Amino acid sequence: MKTDRVNKLSPTHQLARAVSALALLFALCGLSRNAIAQQDPAIISGGIGFLTTTNGGNTNFIPEVKPVAVLPLGDHLQIETRATVLSNFFHRTGDGYDHFTFKTMDYLQADVKAGSHATIVAGQFLTPFGTYNERLTQIWNQTFQDLPLIYGVGSMNTGSGLGGMVRGNVFANDRASVSYAAYYSGNSTSGYFGAERSSGGQAQVYLPESGLEIGASYGRSLGAVHENFEGMHLWWQPIDTGFRFRSEFGHAPNAKGYWFETDYRLQQLGGADSALGRLEPVFRMQQTFRDAPDNNDGLPFVNTKRADLGLDYHLPHEIRVHTSYGRQFAPDGNVNIWETSLVYRLLIPTWKSKH
Amino acid sequence: MKSLETITLGLALSISALAAASSMPLAQSDTHSQTQTSSKLSRASHPASPDRGQRVFQQNCARCHSAPEGLSPSASGAVARHMRVRANLSEADFRALLHFLNP
Repeated sequence: MKTDRVNKLSPTHQLARAVSALALLFALCGLSRNAIAQQDPAIISGGIGFLTTTNGGNTNFIPEVKPVAVLPLGDHLQIETRATVLSNFFHRTGDGYDHFTFKTMDYLQADVKAGSHATIVAGQFLTPFGTYNERLTQIWNQTFQDLPLIYGVGSMNTGSGLGGMVRGNVFANDRASVSYAAYYSGNSTSGYFGAERSSGGQAQVYLPESGLEIGASYGRSLGAVHENFEGMHLWWQPIDTGFRFRSEFGHAPNAKGYWFETDYRLQQLGGADSALGRLEPVFRMQQTFRDAPDNNDGLPFVNTKRADLGLDYHLPHEIRVHTSYGRQFAPDGNVNIWETSLVYRLLIPTWKSKH
Repeated sequence: MKSLETITLGLALSISALAAASSMPLAQSDTHSQTQTSSKLSRASHPASPDRGQRVFQQNCARCHSAPEGLSPSASGAVARHMRVRANLSEADFRALLHFLNP
């Protein structure tokens, strides 16, 4: 999540500029109807949801939209962007309800295909560290609706970088696939495009036959204080089963932690589209260890343990209902966390192609 | 800050102008080149086995999410291109996925 930003232009003004730029991109692509007919249409995708969280007795109601746009331009270039807009309604003791609105640009990047093994990404991008930031921060595919406790490790405060990245696949065959990403980000305190000067990358190996993925990440903050962050992840998803295991370990200069989660879609009970097959029990365990005080790594200030148990129900038409209960244990107090959400996933082409 | 935004906006516009310009010749090209492209794509995407694209989907995309319901063929190109970057797909896997999403 974006924090500590200094704006000279108002956020609304900056968002309006970004939207205008996108609108112009679409308009320029509309210069030739034939050109449109030849190329892949842009898509609008993303998630729309209504989330509630009760943490230690305090309830928040959060309507949220996370739209994604992908605009292919010719054979080698595409523009991708994602934004987050949410309102958080909460109860003030003795003063009714209040709310605040949060808007941010998660990424706005140009992807240039630079061969069969590399893509150059320029602009604002999600920091490639671990798995959560790039893969699971869209509301329709999160197993649980809140971020892991160690999300701050390697995400460089904002979760986004502003600069360049090279990523791709080293090789892939039926037995193994190796992929990589390396990036450099400059510093930006510009409203929706906040980023910290940093560099880093990750590499991962995937073994298709066993459904196993192992990866390592490294990030170096190059701001006022130079710090290293390291991470490891292991995912296991046996082929043709509804079972998934995901885990990550993260290490910051003054703290470390891990999370793992499992989910099992009950598709064995009459298929994934049967009444019972749409059920998906989910479980997440996480723990953080504080070595020394640090206000900037985003991890809890004290050693913390948390377990969550939930149930997802996948309704037809890309609607998912989620509910979960969690218990967090920490020296400064234990709390119960209840969460529910209703999320819709949308995906529409912006025009009809001829192929 | 303002200059950074101006640069970003300028870059975005330049890229879009270049792309729009580069797509013009495509639009003007004749049916012959379209057929050539299709046949090139067809050869490139020729899967090693009939279900290779499905396997690519299961092994890459399905690690994070299920298949979208009722995916429009019009959306398949952009979806596959997005996944090529996000999931670091090889060129062959990208072609197979594209073939799977829009046979």
